[in-house]
Amino acid sequence: MTDIFELLKGKGSEKQPVIVQGITGKFGTRHTKLMMEYGTNIVAGVTPGKGGQKFENSVPIYETVKEAIDATGAKISIMFVPAKFFLGAAKDALEAGIKLLIAIPEHVPVQDAMKTIELAKQKGAIMIGPNTPGVMIPDLIKIGIMPASPFKFGNVAVLSKSGTLLYEISNNLSTSGFGQCITLGIGGDPINGTRLIDAFDMVKDYPNLDGIVVVGEIGGDAEEVFAQKIIDEDFKKPIVAYVAGRKAPKEKRMGHAGAIVMGNYGSAESKIEMFSKANIPVAKRPVEVPILLAGKMEKK
Amino acid sequence: MRLLEYQAKELFKEYDIRVPESIASKDIESGRKDAEKIGYPFVIKAQVPVGGRGKAGGIQKCHNEDEFELKYPEILNMTIKGEKTRAILLEKMTEYEKEIYLSLFLNRSKRCYTVISSAEGGVEIESVKDQVIQEVGLGEVTEKVAKDVAQKIGLAENSIPHFVDILQKLSKLTVEKEAELTEINPLVILKDGSMMALDGKMMTDDNSNFRHKELAKYQEKTELEKKAEESGFSLVELDGNIAVIGNGAGLVMSTLDMLTDNGGKAACFLDVGGTATTESVYEALTLISKMKNVKAVLVNLYGGIVKTSIVASAFLKAYDDKIIVLPVFARLMGAESEKSKEMLKDSETKLSPSIEEAINNVVMEVNK
Repeated sequence: MTDIFELLKGKGSEKQPVIVQGITGKFGTRHTKLMMEYGTNIVAGVTPGKGGQKFENSVPIYETVKEAIDATGAKISIMFVPAKFFLGAAKDALEAGIKLLIAIPEHVPVQDAMKTIELAKQKGAIMIGPNTPGVMIPDLIKIGIMPASPFKFGNVAVLSKSGTLLYEISNNLSTSGFGQCITLGIGGDPINGTRLIDAFDMVKDYPNLDGIVVVGEIGGDAEEVFAQKIIDEDFKKPIVAYVAGRKAPKEKRMGHAGAIVMGNYGSAESKIEMFSKANIPVAKRPVEVPILLAGKMEKK
Repeated sequence: MRLLEYQAKELFKEYDIRVPESIASKDIESGRKDAEKIGYPFVIKAQVPVGGRGKAGGIQKCHNEDEFELKYPEILNMTIKGEKTRAILLEKMTEYEKEIYLSLFLNRSKRCYTVISSAEGGVEIESVKDQVIQEVGLGEVTEKVAKDVAQKIGLAENSIPHFVDILQKLSKLTVEKEAELTEINPLVILKDGSMMALDGKMMTDDNSNFRHKELAKYQEKTELEKKAEESGFSLVELDGNIAVIGNGAGLVMSTLDMLTDNGGKAACFLDVGGTATTESVYEALTLISKMKNVKAVLVNLYGGIVKTSIVASAFLKAYDDKIIVLPVFARLMGAESEKSKEMLKDSETKLSPSIEEAINNVVMEVNK
């Protein structure tokens, strides 16, 4: 298991270098600037056809990820490419030796995501996303599109399918005194490079971990499988969950490609039932999350 | 997208999966001609994008013209689980020995396709105990795997080759059309051991639509939903009277949940998305102004990358242009929310510090 914390923190005083694929696009440009402002060490960009140019007169742009890695030694790449070109760009990154791929694009076809995950497995790499807001360790590194203000450093891990709810709930946690050691967006797609259970494996052994907040939503069975894992591993630290979409109609996609209930598969009832079996309280409203977490911590 | 039975069956036919003779129609005049072609008796089947239509009376046998004149309009005008009948399928009755179940399904946690089959068909698969489940990676089913499944569900020798054939064709269809689910329930075994798909359900991956122009004719979107998609946000029309707008699918779902918990009924789910601009939000408000039955608007924004002031500007412009005439209740948090509140202070928008309060206010307003 790759240690995500080690990978994000880098060694010694040197900040971990990060490549941006699609750095010259409108979205890529904007978020690269915001990540740099946050202190993320962006060392190179990749845009086919624009190799040799510089981003903001400072960050060199390369034709391929291979060239970018050869020049910088980076192991992490964040992607802002259009969904249609996702598979090609992901292959470029993984074959060149990227170990952590943060896949921001929304609307990536399921088959392309599955093929990318296969390749990542072969190469011993991790993909977070697609359709993820990214991952961050507050006050240290932000590889994603989340705003800075909701997050404060602390000892709670937040794992979320939704972007905006990740911000909203992290903000609620921050203002209630629960900072975060890591916040990670699983993504709102049907197929995730890093599933909830994988994200749990990444954070469960973090030495100072005080608790975990899971922000789920209708669709699939990631929450159920997560709850089962908590039962199987007899994990004792406090966990609180939230599930969006309790009142959504069946068989309709609710904004996210993955947010759809088919029969009972993916229903909020099924998720809430499994959480309760695993003794994980589920907040009915986002503001209740820190209250439930505080309650869990007192009982401990 | 969720295909209707007759659409799934069109694809089944294309892939050489046997289906009963059937014709779909949308009005009784065409239906009468179809009835003549098929010949009595036949089955009248409501085409709705939701399960459980049999129990709701959406599938009925029809023996003669008198019955037809009565039942066709009755089923065409049905609403099943909130879904109006889209079309009517007239289908020749099939004599069969046994019903079984077969599907290919994308298992999201295992991140692979699974073949699900059972010797018990014609009922909801969730209620079936003896399911055979076989993981098949990216969806391709080999002859060996198909045979193995056939044996595990206990098929008779003379049916096994037919089952293998259908399963392999279903697999090809699933992979080529990029479906998340293809289901035949029931798949029936005829006297001679051969098989036929009596029903069909398919759910394709909307994100792969750009590679499947041939499926575009099945796309069922209202004018408003199409406009929304063009503007880069997602809209789901619902049957209540409060339009719900926000940024981020999770946040809007969460707002919908809390609104419903408090007795409100949503008229739509509208996510302006992560790349909203003043123009796109203005477009969203224009769409809402065209929706019938809307009595009030509920706005829930968590400003991050999309600043709340972008949304506030859109509202001001919409008030100026008289696009919004309905009462608006909003909660604005996050990036530039103070500035936005100042911008909207003299407008008709009623701002609340919490979403809970905004919801209480909007529910009171529509119940006035």
